[in-house]
Amino acid sequence: MLKTDIAIIGAGPAGLNAAISAASMGAGVLLLDRDEFVGGQLIKQTHKFFGSREQHASTRGIDIAGLLHEKVKEYKNIELRLGATVLGYYPDGVITAEYQGRLLKIKAQRYIVATGAAEKSLPFPNNDLPGIYGAGAVQTLTNVYGVLPGQRVLMVGSGNIGLIVSYQLMQAGVEVAGIVEAAPNIGGYLVHAAKIRRAGVPVFTSHTIKEAYGDSVVQGAVIWQLDEKWQPVPGTEKDIKADVICVAVGLTPLTELLWQAGCKMKFVSQLGGHVPVRDENMMTTMPDIYVAGDVSGVEEASAAMVEGKIAGLCAAASIGCSTGEFDELRSRALSQLAELRSGPAGEKIRSGLKLLV
Amino acid sequence: MRIEEHPVLTFQRGEKVKFYFDGKEIEGYEGEPIAAALHAAGVRILRHSHKKNRPRGFYCAIGNCSSCLMVVDGTPNVRVCVEKLKAGMRVETQQGRGELIAKD
Ligand SMILES: Cc1cc2nc3c(=O)[nH]c(=O)nc-3n(C[C@H](O)[C@H](O)[C@H](O)COP(=O)(O)OP(=O)(O)OC[C@H]3O[C@@H](n4cnc5c(N)ncnc54)[C@H](O)[C@@H]3O)c2cc1C
Repeated sequence: MLKTDIAIIGAGPAGLNAAISAASMGAGVLLLDRDEFVGGQLIKQTHKFFGSREQHASTRGIDIAGLLHEKVKEYKNIELRLGATVLGYYPDGVITAEYQGRLLKIKAQRYIVATGAAEKSLPFPNNDLPGIYGAGAVQTLTNVYGVLPGQRVLMVGSGNIGLIVSYQLMQAGVEVAGIVEAAPNIGGYLVHAAKIRRAGVPVFTSHTIKEAYGDSVVQGAVIWQLDEKWQPVPGTEKDIKADVICVAVGLTPLTELLWQAGCKMKFVSQLGGHVPVRDENMMTTMPDIYVAGDVSGVEEASAAMVEGKIAGLCAAASIGCSTGEFDELRSRALSQLAELRSGPAGEKIRSGLKLLV
Repeated sequence: MRIEEHPVLTFQRGEKVKFYFDGKEIEGYEGEPIAAALHAAGVRILRHSHKKNRPRGFYCAIGNCSSCLMVVDGTPNVRVCVEKLKAGMRVETQQGRGELIAKD
């Protein structure tokens, strides 16, 4: 049995920051990720980030992952294990992980779950044809491994992910046949939308996908218009040829461990699905389990990093670690979070969080 | 298809190795996910579903969704979107549910 003060599950931006903050308070930290690298979703993000300087604005996501990794290595009290998939939480407060073909048992005083989120799918006929991929998956294939998904892509969803991935595909030399958006307006930020528009990519707002077709792999899709009641309008069908359809309709938190541990969960659509009920310090209804990042509500990397800091600081304080700066660090992080969620862009998150904290 | 030139990115690839897809020899880079190597070689159908025998490719590419299960070196249900390629691997299209226990 491995013993540690705080075990952190997931080494994306949330988990990395949680580890750094907890370690800076003097806690012993075991940081686990099922991947062979740290950074989570950051490693496929090749564009410059939004947010304030403190959250690494205007640095590329992949470079942020590198910076955080360096910082983690500076702490002797952080043990990082990659290729470790956490499998379960048991009633005696022990977790198990698969690591190098063996089962590890880990007992920590506190757990911080920072497992991130998974891409949603969309129901339409033939949505299981090979060539229909999550947008994040295509981003991984293209940006991390340098393999093109195909020659002509139809993007479904015009949120930031749909827009950014469309742009990155064009950078890599792939044609984007169009972007389909069910809402009457483009969902993502104007800067991203402008790049797409300048490149001449058609954006079909108030449209959805009727069906995909293809003989064993996707060859195209039929899209159609939606009326103001979101009902399809027969006779408006358009046929779009594409060898890849990218589905960018949002993410949903990866909460299996929290369910299994018995944390109280609540369905909040603004946060991407079922999310754990927790307090301002990111403590769930189980006092030994904290959360941070997309698993606690799908947002963005800057918020995930600040939540990680709060969870790391508070989990460490809850087991008696202390530093003179704790109060100041905690309240600074809380106000950063409030700032990130201010304004019209944060309205959705704010209304979702009201139902939770 | 592989990206050879990119305006922002450079790709660090492992050693070029040979492996087998349904018995046919193809090439990939050691350490990349098997699914990436297959895709680069033009292979998009990874398995057939167990009830309706429908072709399936990958979907999430981070090991979550189970769309990409294949038989690798005789072991069924391997998530090839995260399993790393090694020289000489035998990768096979999976038909239906993989048998966990070998029949005599
Ligand atoms: C295409 C795209 C573009 C984006 N652009 C921006 C942007 O411009 N600005 C911005 O702020 N945000 C952006 N985001 C959002 C941002 O990437 C996420 O909000 C952020 O990565 C969430 O961080 P996280 O640490 O919560 O989760 P993740 O980054 O998802 O990390 C979770 C980690 O947990 C690990 N894990 C999961 N389950 C287990 C388990 N059982 N055992 C062990 N490890 C496990 C995973 O391997 C992963 O490494 C973008 C996202 C995408 C997909």
